[in-house]
Amino acid sequence: MKKENVIQAKNLTKKFGDFTAVDAITFEVGQGEIFGFLGANGAGKTTAMKMLIGISIPTSGAAEVANFDVFTQAEEIKKNIGYMSQKFALYDDLTVKENITFYGGIYGLSRERIKEKRCQLVEELGLQEVVDELVSSLPLGWKQKLAFSVALLHEPKIIFLDEPTGGVDPITRRQFWEMIYKTANDGTTVFVTTHYMDEAEYCDRVSIMVNGKIEALDTPKKLKEQFEAETMNDVFLKLARSPSPALPKGKGEINSNLNEYELKKSSPLGR
Amino acid sequence: MSITISNISKSYKEVNALNNISFEVKKGELFGLIGPDGAGKTTLFRILTTLLIADEGEATVAGFDVVNDYKSIRNHVGYMPGRFSLYQDLTVEENLNFFATIFGTTIEENYDLIKDIYVQIEPFKNRRAGKLSGGMKQKLALSCALIHKPKVLFLDEPTTGVDPVSRKEFWEMLKRLQQKGITILVSTPYMDEAALCDRIALIQDGKILEIDTPEEIVKHYPKTLYNVRANKMYELIENLKGYEHQYSVYPFGEFVHYSDTRADFDPEALKQYLEAKKLTDIIIEITEPTIEDTFMELAK
Repeated sequence: MKKENVIQAKNLTKKFGDFTAVDAITFEVGQGEIFGFLGANGAGKTTAMKMLIGISIPTSGAAEVANFDVFTQAEEIKKNIGYMSQKFALYDDLTVKENITFYGGIYGLSRERIKEKRCQLVEELGLQEVVDELVSSLPLGWKQKLAFSVALLHEPKIIFLDEPTGGVDPITRRQFWEMIYKTANDGTTVFVTTHYMDEAEYCDRVSIMVNGKIEALDTPKKLKEQFEAETMNDVFLKLARSPSPALPKGKGEINSNLNEYELKKSSPLGR
Repeated sequence: MSITISNISKSYKEVNALNNISFEVKKGELFGLIGPDGAGKTTLFRILTTLLIADEGEATVAGFDVVNDYKSIRNHVGYMPGRFSLYQDLTVEENLNFFATIFGTTIEENYDLIKDIYVQIEPFKNRRAGKLSGGMKQKLALSCALIHKPKVLFLDEPTTGVDPVSRKEFWEMLKRLQQKGITILVSTPYMDEAALCDRIALIQDGKILEIDTPEEIVKHYPKTLYNVRANKMYELIENLKGYEHQYSVYPFGEFVHYSDTRADFDPEALKQYLEAKKLTDIIIEITEPTIEDTFMELAK
């Protein structure tokens, strides 16, 4: 059974001045797949992800996300994907209910549909008691689970998760992954970055970026065979300990920090 | 003892950040405070570094009382907060010089202590701190926290959000500092880093769940633990959770960690149950519990 690809990237490249943050990456992600996007700090993950979610225009190459072109149809991409990051996911000074209503509205859901979705979501997550509380008062783990559900409100074909579980307690981290499994099982593609290597094992396929290039891409099992490693952590340590000098890496991170600033400034759709 | 903490409590309005915490850190020990966001780790660090006063209880650091002798403590400890707290608009070298001067010393005087770390950022010594990458900021912050040769070093989540390679390097640096006689109290949400400490305290919701060496802590896990694998992860988790005798079901890398309520648990029966659910390629084997398993059991 051949499944449709929801992401296709070919030689996708992003340069900042004379520095190449993302260097001709080529890969595909299928429908319902859990795709792990790994790399050291500054390897170019965030920059690559920003191109795929339509908030950063590539320098060259080509990519389609949810059948829309990243160069010409960025707005369509934003409408058809979900995005959640550890740093910015929900509005702390709005209540649980207000956040759901707000994002439902942004994604163009009808009032009725928002209400329906809200009831369903509050029940599924067991948030009945805190529905009128400010999001800032929720424990981090609850916030992350809520943010994940909110990013799925408009039933996107694909959801991008940027380090969704950083700092979250181990039990909640696993509940979060169970939500990811369920989402993928329902046919939504999950594109996820993480620094927890045990989570890399949960992915159907994993790519590892080093200095802007995808240096490895396969199932966790095959990667472990290929690199003769016991765990994904060992695979990562073997690959990502690159011999290159610190300078380009540093530059890359500065650029990605600048982009984060742009990301926060940009429209709520570009969460 | 390098740090003593007895019956420390601290509340913010309704939130009980620390609830009757007591433990000691020996001289020269690398002690880990392991727990998720919101556990109370930062509050404890602030109390020990004299930036916050506890509601109840007492604590000493390097022999000084955290309330009465706060000025002495500040001269004898290094503190690297979780949030980057150096001057973003000063250069690398200016930051280091600034902290050395504040403590009445010079970079040269204690250079041997920071040399290993500082040489890695020295090529960028004229760059403003705000323009450094995450890994370089971390190294600069550690250099600044060490420049006055502290007796005790406090590191609040130094590796959060840091990739596995940089995390490994950071822990190697800590081990070298420990060999130079510095007592280190470090917090982390990464359970795998716990194994690198001499002793650890597991902390959640302001309470200490357990204090011991990492080896002893995993021995306290009360059940026999099994690795379970099958062809489909999601179905496997769902079906294990639906199994009437399950005690705990947690995804763990490529396996699910499973424990059973019965003392006479037979893996073969579980295998048959899973096969009846149309799962294939089933593997069930005994495995050693990790600190994370123990943490989840204690936090239940």
